Amino acid sequence: MSLPILSLVTFVPLLGALAILAMPRAQSARWIALGTTIIVFALSLVMWAGFDNANPGFQMVEKANWLGGGISYHMGVDGISMLFVVLTAGLMPFCIAASWESVETRVAEYMIAFLVLETMMIGVFCALDLVLFYVLFEAGLIPMFLIIGIWGGKRRVYASFKFFLYTFIGSVLMLLAIMSMYWYTGTTDIAVLLNGVHFPVVMQTWLWLAFFASFAVKMPMWPVHTWLPDAHVEAPTAGSVILAGILLKMGGYGFLRFSLPMFPSATEMFAPLVFTMSIVAIIYTSLVALAQEDMKKLIAYSSVAHMGFVTLGIFTLTHQGVEGGIFQMLSHGVVSGALFLCVGVVYDRMHTRDIAAYGGLVNRMPLYAAFFLVFTLANVGLPGTSGFIGEFLTMLGAYLHNSWLAIFSATGVILSAAYALFLYRRILFGSLVKPSLQTIQDLNAREIALLAPLVVITIALGFYPRPVTDVTTPAVAKLIADNKTALAMDHAKVVAELHKGAGR
Amino acid sequence: MNLQADLLVLLPELILAIGAMGLLLFGAITGEKSAPAVSWGAIALLVAAGAATVMGPDHASAFHNAFIADGFSRFAKVLILAGAALSILLADEFFSEIQLSRFELPVIMLLATLGMMLMVSASSFLSLYMGLELQSLALYVLAAFNRDHLRSTEAGLKYFVLGALSSGMLLYGISLIYGFTGSVDFSAIAAVTHDGAPSLGVIFGIVFLISGLAFKVSAVPFHMWTPDVYEGAPTPITAYFATAAKVAALCLFLRAILTPFPDLIHQWRQIIVFISVLSMALGAFAAIGQTNIKRLMAYSSIGHMGYALLGLAAGTSLGARGVLIYLAIYVFTNLGAFACIQAMKRNGKAVENISDLAGLARTDIRLAVVFSMLFLSLAGLPPLAGFLAKFYVFLAAIQAGLLIPAVLGVLASTVGLVYYLKVVKVMFFDEPAPAFDAVSGLGSRAIMVLSGVVALLFIFAASPVITAADAAAKALLP
Repeated sequence: MSLPILSLVTFVPLLGALAILAMPRAQSARWIALGTTIIVFALSLVMWAGFDNANPGFQMVEKANWLGGGISYHMGVDGISMLFVVLTAGLMPFCIAASWESVETRVAEYMIAFLVLETMMIGVFCALDLVLFYVLFEAGLIPMFLIIGIWGGKRRVYASFKFFLYTFIGSVLMLLAIMSMYWYTGTTDIAVLLNGVHFPVVMQTWLWLAFFASFAVKMPMWPVHTWLPDAHVEAPTAGSVILAGILLKMGGYGFLRFSLPMFPSATEMFAPLVFTMSIVAIIYTSLVALAQEDMKKLIAYSSVAHMGFVTLGIFTLTHQGVEGGIFQMLSHGVVSGALFLCVGVVYDRMHTRDIAAYGGLVNRMPLYAAFFLVFTLANVGLPGTSGFIGEFLTMLGAYLHNSWLAIFSATGVILSAAYALFLYRRILFGSLVKPSLQTIQDLNAREIALLAPLVVITIALGFYPRPVTDVTTPAVAKLIADNKTALAMDHAKVVAELHKGAGR
Repeated sequence: MNLQADLLVLLPELILAIGAMGLLLFGAITGEKSAPAVSWGAIALLVAAGAATVMGPDHASAFHNAFIADGFSRFAKVLILAGAALSILLADEFFSEIQLSRFELPVIMLLATLGMMLMVSASSFLSLYMGLELQSLALYVLAAFNRDHLRSTEAGLKYFVLGALSSGMLLYGISLIYGFTGSVDFSAIAAVTHDGAPSLGVIFGIVFLISGLAFKVSAVPFHMWTPDVYEGAPTPITAYFATAAKVAALCLFLRAILTPFPDLIHQWRQIIVFISVLSMALGAFAAIGQTNIKRLMAYSSIGHMGYALLGLAAGTSLGARGVLIYLAIYVFTNLGAFACIQAMKRNGKAVENISDLAGLARTDIRLAVVFSMLFLSLAGLPPLAGFLAKFYVFLAAIQAGLLIPAVLGVLASTVGLVYYLKVVKVMFFDEPAPAFDAVSGLGSRAIMVLSGVVALLFIFAASPVITAADAAAKALLP
């Protein structure tokens, strides 16, 4: 390993931010931001090219002294985290491009906020030290807070505070858990903790709950999801894309990285709780989505429902379920990001997100209708789109675990078809009667360039998911095998304790 | 124990004491015009004292163990001297702008600093009291320094009355401890209380001692003076109170509890935990409703003392390390914040309301960025320096098994986040108010840049400071 590729992917955006500081004019800021994010994306592809699919462990590892006392700067990716880095780097150029014309005030600051955010997000997926992970996990809140609060809609202050405080209160408990783990093991190195550290079952329970507090809010799971609709509605388009595409995935990633392998007994114990919350999320938020009058809010609730599938799949602890969860997260990252971009397209023209303000757009915007249709169907999980693979695998995993789970989650699929198609019908179909819509223009070249690649990815992954599954399969297999071994060990310990008790 | 060796141990203090007298004479002869020269002379003396401190002995005691110079006192003194020097820099600009420059000011600040140096070196209750009173008397004068200003004089008087009361409690506690242990020397007391079963008198003494010291660090329930004094005192003096004075009082607190009473931890820990949790909670909740930025800083400092005291409650050298790291970051962040507050001026008049900051990001983006960065650092958000401050204190608390205070602490920090974010919101989200005057003083600008850089980049270069704090804490509590 000669090139510190992960550090490059993580910190090049910061260099871009510094460059914007030096040249803060609006137009130069836009170009620098776009250039930087494209370079980062290219770097992430280089990273993918150098990734060894057969190796289930951490790769491209970098380690340096940081705070001392077992807390180090440790970076690395495995089959679970690597694609999230690519997803983040891949979505960022779209975000910058989507803000090209819609953000007119304080452009330099906007671009800097996004680039700083990119560093934090990529860092979260690369970090192999708990303290480093926590720092990056939390640090991302500040730029997102500013993005929502400065460039957001009418209730932006409320939404930004709600977003910040919800997420913060969840994660401070995780911080205390990290400290307890540090004192128990003497290290915060994730690689060490994953290999051969076993926490006592009682301690696992508390640690699991503390981590759960953080990730459940981030995910977001029902009933702590209420910050998401507000944040989504008020955030600018690109902010929504990042929220739905990346930030939500940190929760699922956290479950996979920490909860499952490090606290196996607690995971087993709390799985029914997670299943219940997931099922409620899938059914309840789908119904809530049906009733929404605001496009972004509808998609936000659908995100909560889709994340319900993810948690469901992950906690079945079956190969199909976990892999489906990961696939669903990646697919949802692309699809929901694209849906928010689609909403942004009409919002930029009409400056309203009210579903009632639209109708019959297909007559004047056929191209837009076509793009929107692909993403709507992907959101529904139609076979042939990436959404299908994820949902199918998670339901397969759910069925293997417990057939009731599969039955309930399948209801969610039907409901998701209902709200997504209902939304599509209300906006696109019918006749164009509203006077304000008579002169609306179809997609321009920039918007086509923005949406076309996402269509290609959505459909390509729907027919040929191998590029993703090849990366994730070995890592998932290892994750499940490790979980099973650790669980067996905990059980043996419990049995031994019981015997000891009986002997006495 | 010859006199020469004793004096050499106290070289930094001697530099300040003799230098302050010299500057006083110089000022008296040359008159009011010499105020800037005296300020710069005072800063030079502080730098010289700092050099003498850094090069001083690793472990030495003087005057029959009344004072000791060790790694702990060195760490604290460097922070105190830095805080004092930068506050004098701020004060010089502040008072020359309102045409109230007096050469006495830097001299009094030097004397207060001398008191603080003695406090952190004190190794017996008598020398402790001497240093504390030297510092307090000077601080009373400083609080009332803007003598034609009603609120400044009120602040001075309030501080004096309550300060005298707390000194009385402290003395009462000391006399009880002396009466029941037979000594005022910290290590002699530690030998007496070694069995961990103290007489009731000693416990009473400790309670009074802690009450007196809690007043000095403005911990709940002895915090009432803080908002009024912070608001009333001239801004650079408030900065001095919030930085150097807090460092001295807290380090004194550490030594006066941990060295004489290490084996009575079960007796004093519950009190410390109690005032720590209350301070954190009060600092967080009471600050939310504030409209004056200096009062806000007062409540914020009450909260911060609560977090720092959690490190003391741990009662381990890890806890002391946490407190020292906390103080190091706290000093620089606060100085920067007060430099920013001092820059809040419209048409030559200082404004202090939070609403005056509205839309600062559009009228003066650089000031807004530094200001909000310092505030977010005070809130303890990663990746800013304040996060590591809280991190090491909580780390020590968890290690000492103080799980519930730690949980309450992080919850309080979430509440505290609300008001810090509110200030950031006012600066970044709100419609702009009329612009402030441009920051003229080079000194305040330098302090803002310095503290901003510390807040932002500390996390990359934290390890030397952590190592130094670790060594200092081990000197206090091996």
